[in-house]
Amino acid sequence: MSIIKLIKWLLLASLLSGAPLAVSLAEDEIGALERAGELLKSRKFSDKSQAVELLTRDAGEPAVALLKALLNSRLYYIKKDKQLVIIGEKSKEGYQVSDALNHQSLGTLSKRKIKKISLNNRLRSQIRSALAVAELRSPDGEKRLAAVNQMLDRPKAEYAALIEPLLEKESDAEVRDAMAIVIALANLDAEDESARMAAVETLDGNIHPAVRNGLKKLKQNTDDKAFSAEIDRVLNNIDAKLQLYSLVENLFFGLSLGSVLVLAAIGLAITFGVMGVINMAHGELIMIGAYTTYVIQLLMPDNIAASVIVAIPAAFVVSGLVGIAIERGVIRFLYGRTLETLLATFGISLILQQTVRSIFSPLNRSVETPAWMSGTWEINSALSLTMNRLYIILFCLLVFAALFVVLKRTRLGLQVRAVSQNRAMARAMGVRSEWVDAMTFGLGSGIAGVAGVALSQLTNVGPNLGQSYIIDSFMVVVFGGVGNLWGTLVGGMTLGVANKFLEPWSGAVLAKILVLVFIILFIQKRPRGLFPQKGRAAEG
Amino acid sequence: MIGLLKNDRGGQIFLILLALATLLVPLLNLLPADNPLHLTTYTVTLLGKYLTFALLAMAIDLAWGYLGILSLGHGAFFALGGYAMGMYLMRQIGDRGVYGNPELPDFMVFLNWESLPWFWYGFDMFWFAMLMVMLVPGLLAFVFGWLAFRSRVTGVYLSIITQALTYALMLAFFRNEMGFGGNNGLTDFKDILGFSLQADTTRSALYITSALALGLGYLACRAVVNSRLGRVAVAIRDAEDRTRFTGYKVEHVKLAIFTFSAVLAGIAGALYVPQVGIINPGEFSPLNSIEMVIWVAVGGRATLYGAAAGALMVNYGKTYFTAALPEVWLFALGALFVLVTIFLPKGVIGLLQRRRSGS
Repeated sequence: MSIIKLIKWLLLASLLSGAPLAVSLAEDEIGALERAGELLKSRKFSDKSQAVELLTRDAGEPAVALLKALLNSRLYYIKKDKQLVIIGEKSKEGYQVSDALNHQSLGTLSKRKIKKISLNNRLRSQIRSALAVAELRSPDGEKRLAAVNQMLDRPKAEYAALIEPLLEKESDAEVRDAMAIVIALANLDAEDESARMAAVETLDGNIHPAVRNGLKKLKQNTDDKAFSAEIDRVLNNIDAKLQLYSLVENLFFGLSLGSVLVLAAIGLAITFGVMGVINMAHGELIMIGAYTTYVIQLLMPDNIAASVIVAIPAAFVVSGLVGIAIERGVIRFLYGRTLETLLATFGISLILQQTVRSIFSPLNRSVETPAWMSGTWEINSALSLTMNRLYIILFCLLVFAALFVVLKRTRLGLQVRAVSQNRAMARAMGVRSEWVDAMTFGLGSGIAGVAGVALSQLTNVGPNLGQSYIIDSFMVVVFGGVGNLWGTLVGGMTLGVANKFLEPWSGAVLAKILVLVFIILFIQKRPRGLFPQKGRAAEG
Repeated sequence: MIGLLKNDRGGQIFLILLALATLLVPLLNLLPADNPLHLTTYTVTLLGKYLTFALLAMAIDLAWGYLGILSLGHGAFFALGGYAMGMYLMRQIGDRGVYGNPELPDFMVFLNWESLPWFWYGFDMFWFAMLMVMLVPGLLAFVFGWLAFRSRVTGVYLSIITQALTYALMLAFFRNEMGFGGNNGLTDFKDILGFSLQADTTRSALYITSALALGLGYLACRAVVNSRLGRVAVAIRDAEDRTRFTGYKVEHVKLAIFTFSAVLAGIAGALYVPQVGIINPGEFSPLNSIEMVIWVAVGGRATLYGAAAGALMVNYGKTYFTAALPEVWLFALGALFVLVTIFLPKGVIGLLQRRRSGS
């Protein structure tokens, strides 16, 4: 270390004496790192470029760190002694600085005492490719892949030369494929016609946007008809693939929207379908579920990841209890008068909304998304799926399955079905129909609460949250067929997918209008929905 | 007309009260401002607005009380009538708009439209606009009803698709591309038939027109209810299948009454717009339509005048609460929904009748 210090003083002396840097330092005497450091301080960009090249050739860990600092405009030198430093946190007195080479902390220095090493755009791109090359040598396969992909995003002919020697040594198949594409892309401009042809063949079926652009450019520059036709064929293949992926993406978005609809509607399918009760307060039960999530998050601020899991049963219980209270307090007086039930429950929905508004203020509350639910799952450059939507789809299927099991396999489910088919007969067989009514309503409401937990991850939580879903939920139930859980699932998914496929063609609002009009017309054709109830229950 | 009201004591009282109000309110408005009995023009306009709501409630009662169709989409017919009137009023602005374009309404200039869309043609003529006020809601109700009744969509299903109808229309009218002013709707009206909308006399005239429309609407509804058509409608309400088996064309009866009801709602909307001075897509919101139904429920179904009374009572309550205790209004409205459906299935009028027959 003392030698380095000594050299630094020597350097300083040479600088002061005005001798040109390049002459005063011999390359073999000190490390490439030191020399590059000196060159960086020069005013001339050509010197800096030379420094970057030195660092690139060195490619050791400190060299990479230096390049990164340089690229992020954090590399400075102290004006007084020309010591290269990397700046850290900014504080009142100035920046925390540390030595650029040995990373020793030098305390805090005022901004006026240090000077930034400036860059131009050409240097920046040089550093970027230098860093990419350094990453290519990284022992971590993921990092190598990321580096190659970065090259693909800004393709350049010189990358091919950088990669070619590495291709042989590469062990990871995925990285090797990516490397082959970079080389093929460069070869598109090759002098040799057969090399160009081979490159086109290699690129067949690759959907990276750079490939498509490269091929298009090549096609413009070719006069050869056969070659141009071959490029066309490859381009068509690529387009077909891209179309397929956008189809898959639309389908995914459609299914996730459908899942939201199914989640919102499935509780309604029980109360409306099985019990023949119109519950206009259903949307507000969803809202209560969402607010429960919000409250749980307030209660456990240090553990957002777990709070969502805790919120699911909590929302089920809270919404379920509110639902039972509604059934016991209002709806049981109105059995057999469905239109009146509609009005009464609408009144309840207004009261619930205003209650929430009074307690939590009319402003929207945002619920944090836990880390394990955020992010995207990138399948390839054309297709990436957001995690929270993926979880919503899974969650919806899970809830559906659970509900299905409850209704088909448990004693409560049996009784619910019995009462919904023939109340008098069920009572005669000893079913406590009042208790079953309350439980059914509680179950449907609880599911609404669970839907609220899911919705809180997608939208803002506000007093009007429920209102925006109530009409959609009714549409799903009516479209699918009343009293049929499968109908709700198929109906919701169909409407979700239809909506998303119409959207790029017509715009979001018009898509929604079209779907509504479609349902209105559909009801005319099949007044009992997609899967009508059969038998005596249908007449009820 | 006398024959029409012979056995209709409630209707007689209602019409007498309405006639009194029609005469008194504009007169009280003419009194000097320092007189304790003076009614401000604001109050006159407010009362005029209530009267249009009463007409709308009557239209809903005709379909719900006598035919058993709970429409959650009457707000759509009301708003369409209002838009037709609004378009006429827009055309009357002429070159007095902010942009001073004599050909195009302000919002079209703002959207860089070159010329008037075809569906705005003719709305500079009052008679044409009035025709559309009735024709557009009527036609929509006719087509919608023809589809729905023919395929025997009834009960809850019908309620829900009427709700979907008004919801779809709301979304559509929010779009700027529709050519109805989008989000902001139509507003900034200047005058109607050459009379300034700001003038006290015009306000009073609009009030009187609304009152007359309500009175005439009542007589027309009563005539429908008393006619053979009305009796078949009640039969359909009580036993649809039996009526059909007896040989009546159930669909035709439903269609006729539903369409008539929609036209009435459209007229109410047309009278509403010049008094409040704006029409926007919010009028289509499903919430509004449900609120209208509760007016009828509060007043009492299948009485016509009960619906009108309910509309006046609930809207007075709304005006009072939203000004004095805004927090309480939704609680009060919600409680009204619940309590009326459970304890007052026949509404306030039913309560009065019960008390009278009891004593």
